[in-house]
Amino acid sequence: MAGHPPTGDQHPRILVFSTNTISDPGIDLAGSSHLHYSPGIRTISLPCTSGIKPAWIRHAIQRGFDGVFIAADGDECAYLPDCAERASDITARGQQLLREADLAPQRVKMAAICSVCADPFITHMREFAAALTRLGPVHAPAERVAV
Amino acid sequence: MSEPSPADRRIGVYVCSCGGNISDYVDVPQVIERVRDEPGVVVARRAMFTCSDATQQEIIADIRQQRLDGLVVASCSPKLHTETFRAVARRAGLNPYQYTQVNIREQCSWAHTDDHDGATGKAIGLVRAGIARTARTRPLEPITVETVPRALVIGGGITGLRAALALADLGLGVFLVEREATLGGWVGGFGAMFPHDRDGRTLIAGLVDRVRAREEITVFTGAEVVSRSGSFGNYRAGIRVSGTGTGIGANGGPDPKTAESITVEVGAVLVATGFDTYEPGEGELGYGQGGVLTLPQFKTLVDATDGPLTHQGRPVRTIAYIYCVGSRQPHGTPGANEHCSRFCCTATVHTALRVSARDASVRQYHLYRDMRSYGKYELLFDASRRAGSRYLKVVDDQPPEVAAQDGPAGGLTVTAHDALAGGEELALPVDLVVLVTGAVPRANEELTGVLKIPVGTDRFYNEIHPKLRPVETVVDGVTIAGACQGPKTSIEAVTSGLAAVAQSAAILKRGHAELDPLVAVVDPLACGWCDRCQDSCPYGAIGRAKRGESEVAVIDETVCKGCGGCVPVCPRDAIDLHGYTDTQITSMIDGLAEAVA
Repeated sequence: MAGHPPTGDQHPRILVFSTNTISDPGIDLAGSSHLHYSPGIRTISLPCTSGIKPAWIRHAIQRGFDGVFIAADGDECAYLPDCAERASDITARGQQLLREADLAPQRVKMAAICSVCADPFITHMREFAAALTRLGPVHAPAERVAV
Repeated sequence: MSEPSPADRRIGVYVCSCGGNISDYVDVPQVIERVRDEPGVVVARRAMFTCSDATQQEIIADIRQQRLDGLVVASCSPKLHTETFRAVARRAGLNPYQYTQVNIREQCSWAHTDDHDGATGKAIGLVRAGIARTARTRPLEPITVETVPRALVIGGGITGLRAALALADLGLGVFLVEREATLGGWVGGFGAMFPHDRDGRTLIAGLVDRVRAREEITVFTGAEVVSRSGSFGNYRAGIRVSGTGTGIGANGGPDPKTAESITVEVGAVLVATGFDTYEPGEGELGYGQGGVLTLPQFKTLVDATDGPLTHQGRPVRTIAYIYCVGSRQPHGTPGANEHCSRFCCTATVHTALRVSARDASVRQYHLYRDMRSYGKYELLFDASRRAGSRYLKVVDDQPPEVAAQDGPAGGLTVTAHDALAGGEELALPVDLVVLVTGAVPRANEELTGVLKIPVGTDRFYNEIHPKLRPVETVVDGVTIAGACQGPKTSIEAVTSGLAAVAQSAAILKRGHAELDPLVAVVDPLACGWCDRCQDSCPYGAIGRAKRGESEVAVIDETVCKGCGGCVPVCPRDAIDLHGYTDTQITSMIDGLAEAVA
């Protein structure tokens, strides 16, 4: 639709996995503070980063997102003391699935975002978008519909 | 895990304008137009305020008349109104877990005020994802758990004492655990306090007497909470008593006078562990040399005598107060205390008034960054000015300097730049420098680990939402109150303590509680029992059971916290999390992707 960034241009489309009580409030705060970011960035919030299935990462890329950003609980997770390690493992497994699908593993990135991390979220989005722009569009269009 | 066909659903979609907060940037009619033909949607409407009573009534009428079996509200963040619309669904006879909140304000209109087309396109995608999720919901019933009519209060300062009494007043048993050997906390060491000159020691002594007179309250001093198990409504807390316990009550616990390590059963936990004061570094603004005190040290000096103010045998005729020491430190500095400590401006003004009342000729200079004697405490600020205090606004990037005066007479010189006099340098000869030190979070790593309460970037405990759920934590049944959440005056601390009491008692008095049923569930047909999920759950929510000849994982829904940490570890994809199932998330991704493609 009008105003929407075309595939692979300087405004890559990013799916963000956030968490209900830690990183999603941080992303809310970015909006409440009217910190702008691309509307191609969309968020799905879950209870905890450790509950992300790696297959969802691959699915998102195959469905048209240029990258997946895991806005992790980090050390602030209220559920799991080893959440950061689990999230790293999930990210690594997601990257492996991308490799197996002949997609660049750099299309998934993880960083801890806290409930007041509005500015860091914007910075991460800017940096990740720049990295995805350097990667270019997802190179295998057929894979996008092969789901 | 079969689910009804999305196309067979009857879903109502309501898109909020939020009085322009959304509709100024998102074309709401276009969103409605683009989603009304999504599978399962039978009603799609816009509203000026979906949270208004009138719109809630319209939604209820639609649910009943249109026999809706799913509800999507696209408005503000789920943190704000999830409970509002769950209640709407409940009142209309719709299962509240078949409703989805879509955030098109904080994560759409407000973030894209510069791109209306982009914001509208994103809103369409977000609403589609919400519809896709709702189309894959199933009715869920809250998990009911019996609750123990007792509470554990951690911290015996003014907040904990007052909370313990309030819980007892409501007929609940209380275990009050204090780490120090005596009750009272900071206030127990204070003399006259703002705003009413009430004596802190007297106030605490009265509260302690009342606590000790209550059979419902058992006090442990010199004690720490070292373990917690069980689940909401029925926690078991391990308490290590290294001091002398007092005031055994009627709660059936072991005699704390002899116990070294005991376990108590409670339905809720109220954390009121307070704060520490900032300790300046050696040499910081002259700290460490004679005549330089922190605010608590100065208050102790003022409290110690009614006569003329002296320090180390020398009369105090001139005082300089340097504000914001250890508070509002520069952003980005590692370990910086960026917060305002809230109480210290007024506490200093109040102490200065006490000094003036004792001897009006004492000269007092207040070197402030911003005076934050907020609300009615402004009256104290005005009174101190009338009593002779002089207020000098200092320049942020040119902080005051403190140096000892040469010569046998001693004394100090404070050099500062007066921001309201064009940055002119002033050199003030003074007898005493008071560093107005604020609050810092208490070192409570062990307790934090035991209770698993999230800690914010300011290192104080984090509530779920500062306005909507100000004393609740993400751990069901564990509330936080007082200065462990962040700097507060004693009045604010007690108020939050009573809020936590109301929150806890509302559940414990009923005898049972309802938990969200958004817990993990195992598909026994897919499970092959490999124990990975069991190993992944630190709460012990996963066990195994016989199913025919084989074994499968089973989840105790009252113990499961709903984190989903077991979901990705299952090699057979046999585990789902209610509300966030594999089909729901993948369909949401599809909905979002469809709008961006």
